[in-house]
Amino acid sequence: MTVISGIKNTKTAPVILTEPRLVRWILTGVALGYLLLFLIAPLTMVFLSAFRSGLQVYFAAIMTPEALAAIKLTLFVAVIAVPLNILFGLSASWAITRFEFPGKQWITTLIDLPFSVSPVIAGLVFVLLFGAQSYFGPWLLFHNISVIFAVPGIVLATLFITFPFVARELIPLMESQGSEEEQAAMTLGAGGWQTFFRITLPNIKWSLLYGIILCNARAMGEFGAVSVVSGHIRGQTNTIPLHVEILYNEYNFSAAFAVASLLTLLALITLILKSLVEGRTRKQLATTPEDKHEY
Amino acid sequence: MERSGALPDRLVRGFRVRKSHGMPGFGLTLGFTVCYLSLIVLIPLSMLFFRVAELTPQVFWDIITDPRTVAAYRLSLSTAFIAAMFNTVLGLIVAWVLVRYEFPGKRIFDGLIDLPFALPTAVAGIALTALYAPTGMLGRIFALAGIRTAYSPVGIIIALTFIGLPFVVRMVQPVLEETDIGVEEAAASLGANRWLTFRRVLFPEIVPALLMGFTLAFARGLGEYGSVIFIAGNMPLRTEITPLLIMIKLEQYDYAGASAIALVFLVISFTLLLLINWLERKQSGSLSAG
Repeated sequence: MTVISGIKNTKTAPVILTEPRLVRWILTGVALGYLLLFLIAPLTMVFLSAFRSGLQVYFAAIMTPEALAAIKLTLFVAVIAVPLNILFGLSASWAITRFEFPGKQWITTLIDLPFSVSPVIAGLVFVLLFGAQSYFGPWLLFHNISVIFAVPGIVLATLFITFPFVARELIPLMESQGSEEEQAAMTLGAGGWQTFFRITLPNIKWSLLYGIILCNARAMGEFGAVSVVSGHIRGQTNTIPLHVEILYNEYNFSAAFAVASLLTLLALITLILKSLVEGRTRKQLATTPEDKHEY
Repeated sequence: MERSGALPDRLVRGFRVRKSHGMPGFGLTLGFTVCYLSLIVLIPLSMLFFRVAELTPQVFWDIITDPRTVAAYRLSLSTAFIAAMFNTVLGLIVAWVLVRYEFPGKRIFDGLIDLPFALPTAVAGIALTALYAPTGMLGRIFALAGIRTAYSPVGIIIALTFIGLPFVVRMVQPVLEETDIGVEEAAASLGANRWLTFRRVLFPEIVPALLMGFTLAFARGLGEYGSVIFIAGNMPLRTEITPLLIMIKLEQYDYAGASAIALVFLVISFTLLLLINWLERKQSGSLSAG
């Protein structure tokens, strides 16, 4: 990796180091056209369609009992799934970056696995595990526990999908920070938990927050995996994205986009928080003592 | 430590980081990690193998060579590939423009790049469908040119392009930011024109990031479901992607069929990803060696 030396700004660079004006214009035009067609247009479309039939229709669509139940369920699922995956992320990154053990590379690879499994397949495996035809099916039926087509299945599928987010952010950071500070604290007599809360946590807080934001956005927006295990029972096992699908398939477009606009707002808030936190993590990485050695 | 002067800096640093004596919590954290990983990911995924192992080879073969299944595999692979290629070319241009040029609203555009990561796929699906349907704002324009966008393979490619848009940009951007402008100056002072400098000096540095971004976009596109089903039209043999076919089998309570199709699809995608990873390593290896 090369460290930036000297000039970075194109304005101050000599003429020969930039492209002819025409090329610059064409490239900028192509790039902006692409972003306009694929990002800005869909984003605008959501809000245009949501408010097309007026504010009254918009609020009526959001305030229906089904929509409110879907919002409640989505929040409930996120409140369970996100903290569990935070706990996992902290624990996995501690084990992986602070110790040497056989099979470490395997665990690191396996953590990324859910990223390359189709959401539909993620849902499918839980149906195979807990569905009526599964090994546990008869036992669950006997004890009157429903996992599939019920809330527990939705939570499990969400856990699977959002599994890597926190761990993925923390592992590289904690690897590069090293454990000198923690060891120093312990030499001075701090206990394990004390070291974690006083030294480790403050050191990783921005990256942790970054991971949580991404994890939460995905947990609230997941569609494919949740769709497989939910059973689509209105008012009971419908999350917000599933509710959007039902409204859309009923040709109730204004309502579908109205509810979708809530998720879009969530996405925009996520992006804003993300860019705020991103600046912090960069600063943090830049001040990591380990990083200064790198050329 | 007296030998450290002779060793590369990186080696010594790596050694120091890993030599962490007396850190507490090994049993607790590793135990929890392995248990959680097994419960949430490994055991559920292994069900796929157990379920398929119950099938006779003949039944398994019939399921995965069914024309409808083969058509779904082919469609998923080809649309994901085309979308990822499209994103690689345009992603490079976007990254270049964002790093090298100044224009109004640049920071907003930069922040919006991550929208496909944050926007739920179902929302993306209905928004793109509304735009690119034959009656939609953009679909109408394409229809004039005789291109059917929504409810055709083109629609699937549009959805997958949206889904995979951030990967290449976000991979290439940091590499471009860190390239040493001195190298470009040197190339220019030796008489290379801008295009030659780009091709010979900058492009080789970007290639690993491009490949990585391509791989991630391709992998994401292969499995994508939410954004595609609204825009695809979902006609068997023509616009039915593999995740949708799995979903349809599930809705018919054909768990064996769904599992067989899913397992083969997973194996195909993992093999492709490993292959691309291997190419990537070979590429970056030869680059750092040369």
